[in-house]
Amino acid sequence: MTEPMKIRAVLKGDVADIRVLVAHPMETGQRKDASGAIVPMHFIQSMTVTYNGNTVYDGQWSQAISRNPVFAVRVKSAKLGDKVVVTWSDNKNEKRTDEATVAAG
Amino acid sequence: MKSSGNLIVLAASMFLVLAVQSVSAQNKVDTGLTQYDGLAVGRQMLAEDNPGELWVERGQQLFHEKRGPKNASLEKCDLGQGPGVVKGAFAQLPRYFADTDKVQDLESRLLTCMVELQGFKREDIIRMRFGNLDRNSDLEALVSYIGAQSNGMRMDVRLTHVREREMYKAGEYLFYRRNGPLDFACVTCHGDSGKRIRLQDLPNMTKAQEMREIIATGWPAYRGTHSTVRTMQHRLYDCFWQMRLPDLDFGSDLSVAITTYLNRSANGGVIKLPGVRR
Amino acid sequence: MNPLPGTRRSFLRLAATMGALTALATAGLLKTTQAVAAAWNKSGFESKALADAMKSLGASSAVESRDIVITAPDIAENGAVVPIEVVSRIPNTQSISIVAEKNPFPLAAIMEFAHGAEPYAYVRIKMGQTSNVRAVVNAGGKFFTAAKEVKITVGGCG
Repeated sequence: MTEPMKIRAVLKGDVADIRVLVAHPMETGQRKDASGAIVPMHFIQSMTVTYNGNTVYDGQWSQAISRNPVFAVRVKSAKLGDKVVVTWSDNKNEKRTDEATVAAG
Repeated sequence: MKSSGNLIVLAASMFLVLAVQSVSAQNKVDTGLTQYDGLAVGRQMLAEDNPGELWVERGQQLFHEKRGPKNASLEKCDLGQGPGVVKGAFAQLPRYFADTDKVQDLESRLLTCMVELQGFKREDIIRMRFGNLDRNSDLEALVSYIGAQSNGMRMDVRLTHVREREMYKAGEYLFYRRNGPLDFACVTCHGDSGKRIRLQDLPNMTKAQEMREIIATGWPAYRGTHSTVRTMQHRLYDCFWQMRLPDLDFGSDLSVAITTYLNRSANGGVIKLPGVRR
Repeated sequence: MNPLPGTRRSFLRLAATMGALTALATAGLLKTTQAVAAAWNKSGFESKALADAMKSLGASSAVESRDIVITAPDIAENGAVVPIEVVSRIPNTQSISIVAEKNPFPLAAIMEFAHGAEPYAYVRIKMGQTSNVRAVVNAGGKFFTAAKEVKITVGGCG
């Protein structure tokens, strides 16, 4: 079960400043749990952002990205109400998509 | 470890020596490291986007969801302002509750509600009170949510009830009382400005202004090193561990007394939660 | 993301006029609502040596540039969460990659920008020890790089 991302898309001048909080364990495969068993690798490999339907950010991530990742994107020529769609998929083939619209700061 | 009901003094002079080196109460050498920009940049960058907000969302969901053997939500939970009222509740806690005949902080009150309204077992909630990398804690999420619902308001612990005033006095006494193998009190680390343990700044809790800032924006806070939101109960538990005192019982009178003293001392502080910590 | 054999020529012509995504949609190869992500650079992310990671990016001969501005803490209190911001002032920047030189697997992220996105990257990475954090910029097929040292007080990979 995936958890919703928190997306804040704020218009600053004519740039949309998009900041995203992601709930994901981003396990490196190096950690042992309480019972001593290795927790397998589980991390986001692909993070994409579309803006009014166009892909503006295409990220390939590794397990070196922090747990509960935070990332940001900035898009020029932005307007209030523009549509932001964020999608991630991980090495276990889990996926999550969340949306937001550009709002005033 | 023994419960913190009785504080046991153990002889450990080796610990005492180490303690004096790392927290110099008498020795006021300040390298100024805490003012070093190199640390400030990282802290500022991390504070701008707070994964703790994910806990706020989760807590809101948990508050309204029907759960437990009684299949009930927490919407009838009285946090001091009436059943289900969360806005402003954090600002006035701890306070006296007639139904339990106790002064309670937010966390012990939530425990009461989860047991009484939802039918959960007390031991189960307590066992899972602190989250880890393998599983989240419901309490940490609920505290995040309820704390955030007081954002923008000021800490306002009222002490209108005689039992609240007793708790405050007990907390004040405990704050200054030296205990344990290191002979530490809270004031040992938190009684002076500009002190630190390694790279961790120590707020001066004898100064009203620092108190207002640190309490109103301090806990609950997302802790990067723990990858979860930590609460006041956890902070106190951790402080007790660092002082080499017996384990602090969750929601104990001891913990509520200290919390009452700290929160009341921070009255007027503008609440902004959850915070962000190392 | 290879076009169907036999349709290569017509597909390329479509792509030239309409843009690759639209062309793929027209060719019925993808739902228009779905973004097609870049293939994950497995060999790059699994490289243990810095040189191999740089090579996987095509950046072995990357030129040092002052037009890549890295904002990151001089000292990070927690190696598990190190904030890294990169701004590229190099024209035609199409991607920014981040490499933590002394990490067991140095390549941390490859980020491509298009359709009006600023050449601006912000992520938080795990760092196992004090190390240079290197940004690699691909601007029109030419590679540029800059680095900043971040000191770590507690290891963050475990």
